[in-house]
Amino acid sequence: MISQTKGETVTIVLDGEDVEVPAGSNLVDAAALHSKEIPHYCYHPQLSVAGNCRMCLIEMGTPMRDRQTGEPVLDEDGVPKIGWVPKPVIGCATTVSQGMHVKTISDKVTDCREGIMEFLLVNHPLDCPICDQAGECRLQEFATDYGRGYSRYVERKNVKPKRTRLGPRVTLDDERCILCSRCIRFCQEVADDDVLGFVDRGSYSTLTCFPGKELQNNYSLNTVDLCPVGALTSTDFRFKMRVWFLKESPSICTESSAGSNILVSSREGEIHRITPRRNDEVNDSWMTDSGRALYKQVRSDDRLLTPRGNGTDKILDHAITTATNILKDKEIAVVGSCHGTLEELYLLNRLSKITNSKKYLRGYFGEDDGILLSADRTPNLRGALLSGFTNSYPKDNLKSLNNDLKRGGLDAVFVYRDDILNSEVDEELLKGIPLVFMGTQKNSTSDLAEVLIPSLTSFEKKGTFINRSFFAQGFEQAVPGPAGLLPDLLILSKIIEGLDEESKIDPDLSLIWKNLGSPPKSPLKGITFNDVLESPVKVDGSKWESLPFVEKKAMHYLPV
Amino acid sequence: MPKTVVLERKPLSISERTYLPQIATGLKTTFTNMFKPKVTLQYPEEKPRIPNNYRGVPTLVKDPNGREKCVSCQLCEFVCPPKAIRITPGSVPEDEEDRHHVEKAPEEFEINMLRCIYCGYCQEVCPEEAIFLQEEYSSSGYSREEMVNDKAKLYELGGTLPDQHYKWDKKKQAEDEGNSH
Repeated sequence: MISQTKGETVTIVLDGEDVEVPAGSNLVDAAALHSKEIPHYCYHPQLSVAGNCRMCLIEMGTPMRDRQTGEPVLDEDGVPKIGWVPKPVIGCATTVSQGMHVKTISDKVTDCREGIMEFLLVNHPLDCPICDQAGECRLQEFATDYGRGYSRYVERKNVKPKRTRLGPRVTLDDERCILCSRCIRFCQEVADDDVLGFVDRGSYSTLTCFPGKELQNNYSLNTVDLCPVGALTSTDFRFKMRVWFLKESPSICTESSAGSNILVSSREGEIHRITPRRNDEVNDSWMTDSGRALYKQVRSDDRLLTPRGNGTDKILDHAITTATNILKDKEIAVVGSCHGTLEELYLLNRLSKITNSKKYLRGYFGEDDGILLSADRTPNLRGALLSGFTNSYPKDNLKSLNNDLKRGGLDAVFVYRDDILNSEVDEELLKGIPLVFMGTQKNSTSDLAEVLIPSLTSFEKKGTFINRSFFAQGFEQAVPGPAGLLPDLLILSKIIEGLDEESKIDPDLSLIWKNLGSPPKSPLKGITFNDVLESPVKVDGSKWESLPFVEKKAMHYLPV
Repeated sequence: MPKTVVLERKPLSISERTYLPQIATGLKTTFTNMFKPKVTLQYPEEKPRIPNNYRGVPTLVKDPNGREKCVSCQLCEFVCPPKAIRITPGSVPEDEEDRHHVEKAPEEFEINMLRCIYCGYCQEVCPEEAIFLQEEYSSSGYSREEMVNDKAKLYELGGTLPDQHYKWDKKKQAEDEGNSH
């Protein structure tokens, strides 16, 4: 976390080559910008510098100057003499300066790295076959790239506890720990829950929780991602799958409006874990533990898999036709959800437009932890605003729907994902009114529904969410959906086509984005789906500045 | 077009016309073989001698203490060219005697012998020396399911092989008396 001065650069000589690097950056980052790797364990770009692993040792020097005159000292050829620091220095704690000379490849540096690797491996158990980190382990990588290739150690290795429980979600394998202290710094600096520390000395040093404390904050699993070796392991993922089988797909966390960027790791269509994806504008390299557990909904017991149409009909196409018939030429209520993607909400809005129906939307709110779990527990409330589905800020209930039902005049209700019975809508009032439910998880509304259309979770489809800072973030499909089910967009477009042939719209994301950006004052003007898929795009949200957004000041977010 | 050449057939000699020398030569071969030692193997009853390094059916072996060696690292599953191997990893409970320090073991281990091509990559890649292609070469069954060897079958086929490393014993010894802290 060395402060970088915006825009300013300095010139350093990196392995004999003049390169421009940002002023204020350290040598590890500066070298990485020019494709030179300085191996490191303890340094992390988003944590403070500890400098205790010594892996990033390099040679550094500056042009010599005469003490009296301040003139550069020249050698016989008239070239400025370089005063090399006699001992190697650590790259992570060395800030670049104008004219600095750096050697990342030299005999001395190679010797240093071999020595450090040998020391790190002295007490390493070498249990790669059973280690979950194998395949993405820095120790494996650097031992191959910079190690000496064989061991001279003949003494007996230290034995340490192999499965210490640090908290409800983290298990520690002490033998593998290389004492880089990344996890300790993370807990102090990011999670703000100082519970980890080293005890004992020398080769007996051990990572442990402070007495009477546990690593149980909602960010504890980030320490597992941070750990450059396999010391900290996720209790949930431990021994479940080797990482080289996993296909990683970029996605967006749906837990709250923070919209953390994530990587979904799956094998043969089954998701095994979720890890954060670095995005310095949204979530740095972190995400919540609760967000990581969300993949479980994909194969949970309450997942809706069988469509329900006319009586016992279990064919999806028939269910869609039945739903269309129920909704046709009636006075209907459309209940949306902030869990839907921007594109789905756009189609839902179109559906309500052609049926001339009233729209209802409920918000879900909780505590704001000031980091990456925002008070708005839906991923796409701002998407509902931008798609035109709503113009007001949703309340914590659906009392308005209840009131309208009481008043009468509604012939059918179309519920998209939400649980209306759980939102202060009286079940009595729904008697005799056909209910069409579309969603992924079973709830009391889906039980009551006459027509049930199962849809896909965010891991099984493409779309866009708009997070609390109005960043439009697209995501790709990570795993295929269950057999026989269709994407939400396709279902909605089929219903729309059935209701009104003329309003028919292709469920094509780029086409929907074209429509979204077509109004003259649309904040989405000129943006395509591919843009938001590539990187988050900041959308102008000033139109809704006056709305009572519930989010508090948090990581990369300032309330307006 | 090449020109057609007509070859003239030579007239047969007397000995050729009688066929007797040819019959004698043929009978000589017959009688020589009649008195030679037999080379035919009465296969199902008699089995051939299997040479060393023969690649038979892949099997899982136990160490001389009768404990399973496989730690389900899934490298064989990864390296298997026809994707015949399927492993469900599992963990060894902490309260299990003798083996709690091993931590990981396969919950299920399946090799589909209809897919296996007997290449031996699994044996080559195994870091624990737990999988071997041994002498067994004939496997048969009445259904596809029968041709999938599960963990129990694989250990039955594999048996125990001598171990040179005693890796886990050494580990246990170090834990019991060594620099344990």
